[in-house]
This record gives sequence, structure tokens and C-alpha cells, in this order.
Amino acid sequence: MKHIVIIGNGISGVTAARHIRKLSDKKITIVSAETDYFFSRTALMYVYMGHMKFEHTQPYENWFWKKNNIELKKGYVKIVETKSKTLHFANGDALQYDKLIIATGSKPNKFGWPGQDLDGVMGMYHKQDLDNLEKYAPNNKVCKRAVIVGGGLIGIELAEMLHSRHIPVTFLVREASFWDAVLPKGESAMINREILSNGIDLRLGVNLKEIKADENGRVKSIIIQETGEEIPCNMVGLTAGVSPNIDFIKDSETSAELGRSIETGRGIKVNRYLETNISDIYAIGDCAEQHEGIDQRRPIEAVWYTGRMMGETVAQTICGNRIKYKPGHWFNSAKFIDIEYQTYGWVWAQPKDHESRFYWEHQDGKTCIHINYDKNTREFIGINTFGIRMRHEFFDNVLTQKHSVDYVLEHLADANFDPEFYKLHEKDIVAKFNKENNTNIQLKKKSWTRIFQTS
Amino acid sequence: MKTIKYTGLIIFLIGLAIFTASLFTGSFGLNESELNTFIDSKGYKSEIIKNELKKAVVDQRNLNIFEFSSRIRGAYQASNDYYDGLIAKYDAEKNWDKKGEQFQYKIYGKPHTLSYDIAKKAGSGFIKENAGIMWWLTFGLGILGALLFILPNLILLGPKGIKNNGIFHEASTNRGWIAWIVLAFLVSFYLTLYFAPDYVVNWTFILDPMSKALNGGEASQWFVYGFLYCVIMLVMAARMYIKYRHNKYQIIRTTSVLFFQIVFAFLIPEIMTSLNMPGYDFKNAFPLDYDFFFEWNLKSLTESGSIGLFILVWGIVLTLIIVPLMVYFFGKRWYCSWVCGCGGLAETLGDPYRQNSDKSLNAWKMERWIIHAVLVFSVVMTIVTLYCYFSGAESLLGIKSQWIKDTYSFLIGAWFAGVIGTGFYPIFGNRVWCRFGCPLAAYLGIVQRFKSRFRITTNGGQCISCGNCSTYCEQGIDVRAYAQKGENIVRASCVGCGICSAVCPRGVLKLENGPEKGRINPTDVLLGNDVDLMDLVNQKQ
Repeated sequence: MKHIVIIGNGISGVTAARHIRKLSDKKITIVSAETDYFFSRTALMYVYMGHMKFEHTQPYENWFWKKNNIELKKGYVKIVETKSKTLHFANGDALQYDKLIIATGSKPNKFGWPGQDLDGVMGMYHKQDLDNLEKYAPNNKVCKRAVIVGGGLIGIELAEMLHSRHIPVTFLVREASFWDAVLPKGESAMINREILSNGIDLRLGVNLKEIKADENGRVKSIIIQETGEEIPCNMVGLTAGVSPNIDFIKDSETSAELGRSIETGRGIKVNRYLETNISDIYAIGDCAEQHEGIDQRRPIEAVWYTGRMMGETVAQTICGNRIKYKPGHWFNSAKFIDIEYQTYGWVWAQPKDHESRFYWEHQDGKTCIHINYDKNTREFIGINTFGIRMRHEFFDNVLTQKHSVDYVLEHLADANFDPEFYKLHEKDIVAKFNKENNTNIQLKKKSWTRIFQTS
Repeated sequence: MKTIKYTGLIIFLIGLAIFTASLFTGSFGLNESELNTFIDSKGYKSEIIKNELKKAVVDQRNLNIFEFSSRIRGAYQASNDYYDGLIAKYDAEKNWDKKGEQFQYKIYGKPHTLSYDIAKKAGSGFIKENAGIMWWLTFGLGILGALLFILPNLILLGPKGIKNNGIFHEASTNRGWIAWIVLAFLVSFYLTLYFAPDYVVNWTFILDPMSKALNGGEASQWFVYGFLYCVIMLVMAARMYIKYRHNKYQIIRTTSVLFFQIVFAFLIPEIMTSLNMPGYDFKNAFPLDYDFFFEWNLKSLTESGSIGLFILVWGIVLTLIIVPLMVYFFGKRWYCSWVCGCGGLAETLGDPYRQNSDKSLNAWKMERWIIHAVLVFSVVMTIVTLYCYFSGAESLLGIKSQWIKDTYSFLIGAWFAGVIGTGFYPIFGNRVWCRFGCPLAAYLGIVQRFKSRFRITTNGGQCISCGNCSTYCEQGIDVRAYAQKGENIVRASCVGCGICSAVCPRGVLKLENGPEKGRINPTDVLLGNDVDLMDLVNQKQ
């Protein structure tokens, strides 16, 4: 019986294991140094905020693994010996594999800031970060102020977390506006306002110079590069993005007698079949790097659902049905404090030459949509929606069928996914579009027949 | 704001303390003529009971309710013991005529209920004489305090949106010591209310004026319970309105349960009683309304002229046609979280505890066994009852009608629905009764699972498995297990409260009534992942 070993028990590794089990009776071992059981990383914030307990972040009960004959091993892999197909653990253990799936995810970026390894400096990624946060920022008595460095999705989540415990937060963002490399101006400005209105001290366009320690080696303050201002604080969150967690692969490269080394770039290089340069070794999830980005996606995608899809795909390949990883149309979602965000297709921060944009914002300043479409063909390219939920299936179908922007606006009622009785803004949206574009698009009533046709 | 909040808490606790302490006050006793009037009104034939009662309580003015109750129960016991003695004696002598004569002297009924009836007449003291003041000191302070505690949340919770901060850090909501104290209090409350109503007779004095105004009669323990129920729902609805003020579904739903409780469950039956009609809750469907087909109810309805007949027909139509038809169109939510009184309490008083329902697979297995067993129990009981009603027999297939009714009333009606169903809120979540016990919910659930347009739609591949939905599901459904696979949620137990959709940070869940086709959508591959999608589609066709 073939032994499949998966390093990493995140969404990618666990999905791969589950699907391999569905398709075969191969021996499966999942290795993790982080936790005994799979948990949802995206939910760690809710544990700190008291919305959930850690056990609630675990999608499967503890008996699930034994019942499905998936072995779990806790340990830190130090060396991958590709010649003899052996993993060497930090504690001296060894484990043989027939096929290896590397799904080790990401680690928070550190850019060599002075003081970045002090006590009280942490990322917000691992279970251990959560434990650290409880130690250094359990309340506003122990942590009089926290500083967050880096304005991305994890940064704003960490700000919301600390804010929920009434800890004053200073939020340093390098860009001129929050997440403006991804979000167009209107949306980015909306999130700036959301952050500020929650009493978070948002500093735009500033960089961290250094983190200072007190006599015990704990964080005492930080210095801002541009102004030289010193901000006293008891905790620093480094949330300037993540990068593939593959140091152990790079360490393995040094010993040539152990076999050919796995090719890496920023991540582990894989082809469209998620195969590395070494046969029987695969990489999936955040740590995998495509030779070239698929469609307009980035070569490395640190997104929950792509990890899951890669797991589904690699399971097929390993079980004899070799198939390409085809992630389909881009979509994503997030929540910025109280504002929900969904996106389908592409809405770049800056419009491209052939693109035309339509932006509608509600007077409450917390709801907007932004549609991107082709200037010439009117083909729909993508939508950002804030404070309005939209139906994934609808837009997936629109993108596949290459429907026009007019089609999308006509059928906005089909697309809406807000809870029942919510105030709908479709009329407003279409009216504004008609006015700006001299069109006469008529909103159609919601139709179940159409909604079900798409599936 | 926090000062107001905590002042409110103190005022509430003072009100609650006075309310509780009021049970221990007052003095109970009758003079001889009062006792005679009472005995005449009851038509007792026993020659002993008068003397026994006289010995026990006449011209005793300083008895508290517990001592009074104990003496009254003793008196009834003595009387019944005397005749039981005679029965045994004549039985031994084989003197059947004499033996048969004795039964008419026995006094039937639960001892605490007999005691309640006398206590209601025999009570005196500050509470009875100052019902108005006492109302303000108990209900008044309680309402005022609770509102002062709740209303500041409008500001304290911050901007509108889901604010579940700290729920698992608080002893009150995370099964801590406060939760256990609340559980003990609720359980004691229900035990007393159901099994020793005479102990709460003082509460009925507080509401006598209100009851007289509404239905012309004095307040019973059930009037107290009904009024308290409405007050608690109203106050806790204010909390719902603030907490979910961004969510119109929750606002409308809360208004709906509130309306049905106050108007249908409380006011209409009271007004009907005042008009000499049988008091009936028009939304209370059999088999939740388990005694609808009991002899006494059928008798009362058939003797009440056209309104009685109407209620009889309505009750049957409600259960057999309206309920399943509405479940087909809207899911069982139309009843369980929009109309039902039990659901109403769960969605208001119980909302702070929803996260404590057990999500394990074992809990789900237990749930299915227990709730369907209760459904079978209620149906068997009703068949036996109806058979005996129409045939005049005492039992069917060896099951005695009286025995099965008493057993059901005791085990399910009192213990399961009340003591456990509500008393266990703080530890086991707010739907203990609805999830594990309610036979109507079981019936609705079967319809919902197999023949309904209702489902919770999962929005493609957007789920990130965070678990908010499962954590806050009051029915203990592991919503995430479906959502993360891209499957719609179609479960018998779902009451459609809509909180999973509300707490989802990614806009993944939506309660919908749509065509049956495609309602259950097992998806091997999630939307977005193009793995052989066309092959898959072809395979399915």
C-alpha cells in the first residue's frame, strides 16, 4: 500500500487527505508542527475576540481522523531526503513516504526591521501567534497600546481584534490609502473611514523604522521612519503580508548526497499538475509557486479556497486521474470590521486601457459596488461589492458566458444574495448607470428559473 | 453608559430579589365561616375533611405558606387515609356495598393544587393588600432594571453589525458560574410552578388586579406565568432589536414572535375567558398542544356552542393542513421562529445562550432518537385517548387512557418542555425543548426535510470554514460541514432563525424559499474549481 505523506494540516493538506481517502485506501499521514488537529486559520481572530472557542475553529471532530484512517503526526520536518524518500524530523524521527505533498502554508513577512524578534512582536498567522497575543495583549491594562505594521487583510483583522478588547491601536500603513494596491480609490477610502470611525489610529503612508526594547527585551516603543515619531506600545503586530513557509526545503538543498533538491523560487515551484521537479513530490496551497500565474492570477496565491482547490486537484492526480489545476474565475471575500466585501472577476486598483468602470456608493458610506467592463465590447470583467452580498454562481456564469455589463445590471436582482427583507439598492444602481452612460437598462424581476439555469 | 448599565443590573437584581422573597411573606389562615364557604363551594362529601382542615388552619393567622401548605396537605391526607382504611376494612370483610360507598368521600387532585385553592382564599398580608405597590417593586423594578441594562448597548456595542465580542469570555454566556446559577434558578422556578403552585400563591396576589381587569377572575399561577412570559419576551426583544439592528430579517422575525405571544397566546385567551368562552391559543398546534384531544378539552369545546366547534375544526385543520402547507412554502421557520411561543422565548430570553448547543455528531444522533420518540409517544397517547373517548373504554391494547395522559403530561409537558426545556438554556443552549423534545417540531421537520421549498443556500465556494455559523446555530446543526462543501443546508431541525446567515463574515449563507429542484445539491467539486466540470455535469445527466 502506497504511503502518502502530507506536510501541513491546513486547508490544502487536509483537503488533499480527505479526497485521497474518498478515492482510495492508500495509507495517509498528515504531519504538522503547529497543532494536533486541523483548524480554520481564518477563524483565529474570532477566538481572541470571544466569538468562539478554539475548538469551534476545528471543522472535524477529533474522532474523524481515526475513523477515516488518516494518521496524524506532530513534528517539525527538518530535512526532506528525496533519494531515499525519507523525512527527517527535528526530534530525530524519520518517516518514509511513497508520495509527498508539501502543504506548509505561509509565514508572516519580516523585512529585517531592528527589533523584529523582540518579545511582544508577533505575526497573526499561527496558533502560536494567538497564544502570544493572549500573553502580550490580553487586555488594555497589560497592553496600553498596540502598533500594527502593514495594511493588508491580516492587519485590519488584527486591528479589529485588539479593538474588541478596547486596546488602543496605531495602524501603520505604507501605502497612501488602505490596501490600495488591490482596491480602487473609492473602496479603499471607504475602508480608511471604517478604520478611523472605529477609533483606530490609522497612519497612512508611513514605514516602520525600528522597534525598541525595554531592559527585559520586551517591546517598549516603535519609531516611524518618515517622522521619527516614537510611539510607546506593549505589542507590535507585523502584518506586512506573508510568504511561503519553506525554509526546511531550502535547508535540505545544502546536502547533495541526500538526493536532488526540490526547486524553489519564493515558493516551491510546481507545474500545472502541482508536481515539483522531483517525481512523487507535490506542493499545494500557499507554499506552491506556479511557474507562471494562471490567467491573471499571481504565481503564489495565499487564499483559502485556492488551497482547498489544489488539495482537491492533487488528490485526483495522486489517485491516478492526472489533471491540471484550473482555478476558474477569480473570486474572493473578506470583512473589514463591519463591512463585508466580495469580489468576482477582476477589478484592478487602476483601470486598464480597454476597461471602463462604474462606481456606485450608497449615502451611508458603507455600501458600494464597482463594476469593471470592456469599453468596446461591453463584456463584464469583474465586480467589487461592499455591504451587499452577491451570488457566486451568478457571476461565475456571467464570466463563463462572457455576458455584458448590461446583462449584469438587468439581472442584479438575480445576483443579490442579501438576507430576506434587506433593502435592495438595485434600482438606484441601475438608474445611476443609465444616467452616466445614457443607456436605458431595465431591471428585471428576480427569477428562480434563471437562477437555477446557471447551475 | 457603563454606569447606567450596571445600575440597571442592580435595580433588576433588587426587583428579582423582592419577587423571590415575596414568596416567603404573608400569613395564611381562615376563620370557620370562610372555611365552611370554601368546603361548600367544593362540595366535599367527606365528613372528616372539615374537621381536619379546621384543626389545621382555622384561626391560625401566623402560618407562612409552607407551613400552611404542609398542614392542608396533611388534612387531605388524613381524610383520604381514613376512607382508604375503611375501604381496606370492608374489602377484607367482603362487604362490597359498604366498600363502594366510601369512594365518594375520597378527595382527588394533586395535594399542592388542593392546597393552592385554599391558600388563594386564605392569604393575607402586605402583598395581597398592596398589589399595586408590589407590582412596581417586582415587575416594575425588574423591567426598569433590565431595560437600563440593555438599552446602553445601543452605544456600547459600537456601530451596527455583528458584535459577539467576549461571549466566550463571560461567565454568564460561556457556561460559567453565572450560567449555572441562572440554570438553578430557572429549574427551581419551573419545579415550583408545576409541582407546588401553592408556594407561588403570593405572586398571584400581585397580579390579581390585572387579571380581574382582563378576564374578570383572579390570577392563577398560569396567569402569572403567561404574564411573566410576555414581559420577559418584550424586554429581551428590546435586546434583539439593538443587537441585530442592522438585520431586517431579525427585526421583523422578533416582532412577529412578540406579536403572536402577546396577542395570540396571552390576550385573546384571556378575553375569551372573560366572555365565557373556552380560552384558546389559536396558534398553538397539536401535538405541541398535547391536551387538545383530551376528554376534558373535547367536552369543554363541544359544550361551548359554535365557538367551541370552530376551535375544534380549526385545531384539526391547523395541524393537518395549514402547518404542513406553510412548511412546504416557507420551511418550518414560519412556525418555530416566527409564531411559536416556545420559539419566541428561545429567540429572546434564549438568544444569549444559543452558542451553547452541542454540535457533535452524537448530539445529532440523540436528537433524532429522542424527538421522534416524543412524537410517537404523543400520537399513541392521542390515539388511546380518542379511542377511549368515543368507545367509552378505559384502555386500548392494555394502555390506560388516564395513565398515558398523566405520564405524558408529567414527563413531557412539565419536565421536558418546562424544567429541562427552558431551565437548561444557560448550559445546553436555547432550543433544548425545540431540538430534542417538541413533537410538533419533529412533525414539521419531517415535512421540511422531504417536501419543502425552504433551504439555506450556500454561496458557491466562498466559505472559509471559520465556524461562526455552526457556533451560533441554536439547533446544534453543523452548518459549516455543508457550507464548506458548497452544499445547501436542508435539515429537519433547522428553525430558520437566520443567525448563521447573519454571523457569516463572507456572505455565504442565505435562507431562501425556491423551487424544489436543485434544493439539495451534493457537489463533488466546489464552484470555481474547474476540475473536469463538464465531465461531471455530463455524468450527472
